[in-house]
Amino acid sequence: MAIIATESLVKHYGKGKKEVSGLAGVDLTVDKGDYVALVGPSGSGKTTLLLSLGGLIRPTSGRVFVDGTSIYDMKPAERIELRRSKIGFLFQTFNLIPYLTALENTQVPLMIAGKSREEQETTAKSTLERVGLGNRLHHKPSELSIGQQQRVALARTLANNPSVILADEPTGNLDPATVDSVAGMLRELHDEGITIVMVTHDPRMAAHAGRVEKLIDGRITAEAA
Amino acid sequence: MRKVDIIIKELCERRSQLITSFIAITLGIMVIVGIKTVTFYSENAVASELDNLGANVLILPKSSTVSDYYSADVANAQMPESYVDTITGSDLQGVNNLSPKLTLPITLNGRRFILTGILPNDEFKAKPAWQIGGDIFAKPPTCGGAADIPGIKMNNDSSLDKAAVRKAVIKDLGPSQAIVGHDAAQLLSLRKGSPVSIKGRDLTVLKVLPQTGTIDDSRIFANLHTVQSMYGKGRVLSAIEIVGCCKEISKGLISELNKILPDARVVTISQIASTQLKTNNMMSQFSLIFLVIIVLVGGVSIANYMFANVQERRKEIGTLIAIGMSPRQLLSIFYGKAIILGVVGGAVGYVLGTGLAVWLGPRIAHIPVLPMPALLGWALLISVALSLLATAIPAKNAAGLDPAATLMEV
Repeated sequence: MAIIATESLVKHYGKGKKEVSGLAGVDLTVDKGDYVALVGPSGSGKTTLLLSLGGLIRPTSGRVFVDGTSIYDMKPAERIELRRSKIGFLFQTFNLIPYLTALENTQVPLMIAGKSREEQETTAKSTLERVGLGNRLHHKPSELSIGQQQRVALARTLANNPSVILADEPTGNLDPATVDSVAGMLRELHDEGITIVMVTHDPRMAAHAGRVEKLIDGRITAEAA
Repeated sequence: MRKVDIIIKELCERRSQLITSFIAITLGIMVIVGIKTVTFYSENAVASELDNLGANVLILPKSSTVSDYYSADVANAQMPESYVDTITGSDLQGVNNLSPKLTLPITLNGRRFILTGILPNDEFKAKPAWQIGGDIFAKPPTCGGAADIPGIKMNNDSSLDKAAVRKAVIKDLGPSQAIVGHDAAQLLSLRKGSPVSIKGRDLTVLKVLPQTGTIDDSRIFANLHTVQSMYGKGRVLSAIEIVGCCKEISKGLISELNKILPDARVVTISQIASTQLKTNNMMSQFSLIFLVIIVLVGGVSIANYMFANVQERRKEIGTLIAIGMSPRQLLSIFYGKAIILGVVGGAVGYVLGTGLAVWLGPRIAHIPVLPMPALLGWALLISVALSLLATAIPAKNAAGLDPAATLMEV
């Protein structure tokens, strides 16, 4: 059963002579529990596709379905609620809030979702322990290693228990040892039933995915694995 | 965690960037509070001094001049006593004291004296028509505090006696009683209880006034209605002296009196009043100028800081939107920050401004100055409103950021 699907997805940036094609008609189906890697050269539209799937880039034409609902036909508030409850983002640069501790960063999505302070703290602690940072709760990002920062970002992604993780080059800034660690954690999450769509340049990471989709010039051109 | 925790942690983290805006708003509020506080006590001090000076507004017959009043103190013309009814029956504010007078030249033992008919306090109160306008004696809270409304009590304290003479309103003065000025008593060999015959009426000296060094020393005061009957022209007056509250004078008490008494001449101790008016106007203009400065400098500074803050936090804002923060929640974070900045800036500005006023007041204006808690509300209101206003556009920009664009930035 498809948890995510796109239908002739087109995205153009700019206008007139300066118009650039980001996506040129993408049809993609991701079933519940899939682990899909999006690969391709820089500028091929991987990140545009990923952010479109997360409701952050309105396509020029075409539709994106999440759980069978066309998300760009939803009201903005409904789309926000969808991101809060079903989708977790993981970024290459982690995007942690620098003045908050690991615990507080993990609490942010819970606070946004309106959870009580006690619930926020309990959930954030257990999630950080799950990614192996139970002893780094009160450290700010600048006090953590790069690998630890990405694990805090992963904890933040998992805090609201999403059914889909959209990861944009999650290991792009990591050393080889940490890449394996993050790859292992994503594998574990997939094994638990979470659907993962991951943009990556790293063939080793792509190898962890159950399916690889290759984008060139905004189109899916090949499928591997 | 709450949104306010995020706001406070962000403020603490980037406090060095905030310092310019904070100083701008704090200094602005400090100066406004300082000026307002000193002005308030300065106005009160001047108003109080004016009260102590005695009458500061005179109502004279149209044909009389102020020099008539001050030099000879003898009116050539009269006006009806009903003018007092007109004033008391009006809704004028700021009339602290009101004293109708009829002044006549008299000769006793071959010497010239001035007989002044005044209305004692008891009689004033007994006249129902003059109680109608009770409101006109309602002293505004900022008015000077020297006057005892509508007259002041005579007592044995010589300094108060002098004040009583200047105000020329006394508590009791029967139809057959007289109060004699110091020089007049000496020249006529009068003392308390002495009989004195004036224009065929036998009066008894109720009291001899202490020396004041003014024309009052050669006056003989008698009951207004006794003097009116001696004069034989009915219920007429040569002057109505008014102790007007200084602030109300500056707000147009004189023009109001002119309106209700078109056939009389209404004059004020113009030099004092105009000095006070000038001071008040100058202080008001200073306050206004500083208000404009704080709005411009503080507003621009806060807006600039907020714009820079939004720019710096683009990726953070994009991430927050990606993980489900709504535009409304984002707006509340920026407005919350503006409120905290306004409250802290306003409160610190109030404390510093009040401290400055309390310290500088006695040194510059030679008046004691106390803190005015009421200004705290105004300080907070101005600084928070300004802060919110300056934040409106940057906050709207933040809430309208395209998260994808910020997340795709390298």
